[in-house]
Amino acid sequence: MMGPTGKKFLFVMQRAPHGSCNAQEALDLLLTTAAFEQAVSVLLLDDGVFLIKKGQQPDRIDSKDIAAVFLALELYDVPRVMVEWESLQERGLDPKDLLLPVETIPRCRIGALMARHDRVVNG
Amino acid sequence: MKFAIQINSGPYQSEGSESGYQFVRAALRKGHDVYRVFFYYDGIDNAFRYAIPPDDEKSMVQRWSQLARRHDIDLVVCVSAAQRRGLLSRKEAERVGKVDSDLADGFRISGLGQLVEAAIEADRLLVFGG
Repeated sequence: MMGPTGKKFLFVMQRAPHGSCNAQEALDLLLTTAAFEQAVSVLLLDDGVFLIKKGQQPDRIDSKDIAAVFLALELYDVPRVMVEWESLQERGLDPKDLLLPVETIPRCRIGALMARHDRVVNG
Repeated sequence: MKFAIQINSGPYQSEGSESGYQFVRAALRKGHDVYRVFFYYDGIDNAFRYAIPPDDEKSMVQRWSQLARRHDIDLVVCVSAAQRRGLLSRKEAERVGKVDSDLADGFRISGLGQLVEAAIEADRLLVFGG
């Protein structure tokens, strides 16, 4: 829900999970932003599409289950998870390889998508 | 115009910190306001008091400290990112049973809410590095 001082935030995540604590910290920021009653959307780009790939076993490398946070995003009023279509294709992935239903956006529309948001944050 | 600045990389990782610093200086020179500079991810490396490069190299830590002193800029380091990486203020150090303060002059440690608030209050949020 967007409060009276609400801005539209777009979080762009471009890195695969588990290689660093990048995703964890990006999600901390995203959830804090949602707690401030801002409208929050997420765009997974490049290797960021791996964040919600099925079949991850993070416990094997003592890593946190980052994908679980995405499954819970709706509880935090973050309804929109978008994925760039070409990023999926280039990695041999399909929306059915992902853990949750997503909106796929073609590369040619990413610029316009960003322009529709007040704040674009890479993480 | 009122700017909020987010720095995501350390002095020795990418040009993000340098670019952010130069942007802040240029913005101030042109008469703009810098509402806050927030250090997140490995950007917290800019706030280590004891980062001491050789004399013939620039020190990003000193440059940020100096900027804060000269222009009264609010430099905020994310508390959870800082604790993950071993950067503690004296108060935080004492709380977890350590002794020293590693935080350089002109910086303060606070929560992510400070970044979100700056992003809402400023006219523009600029993200550097990472």
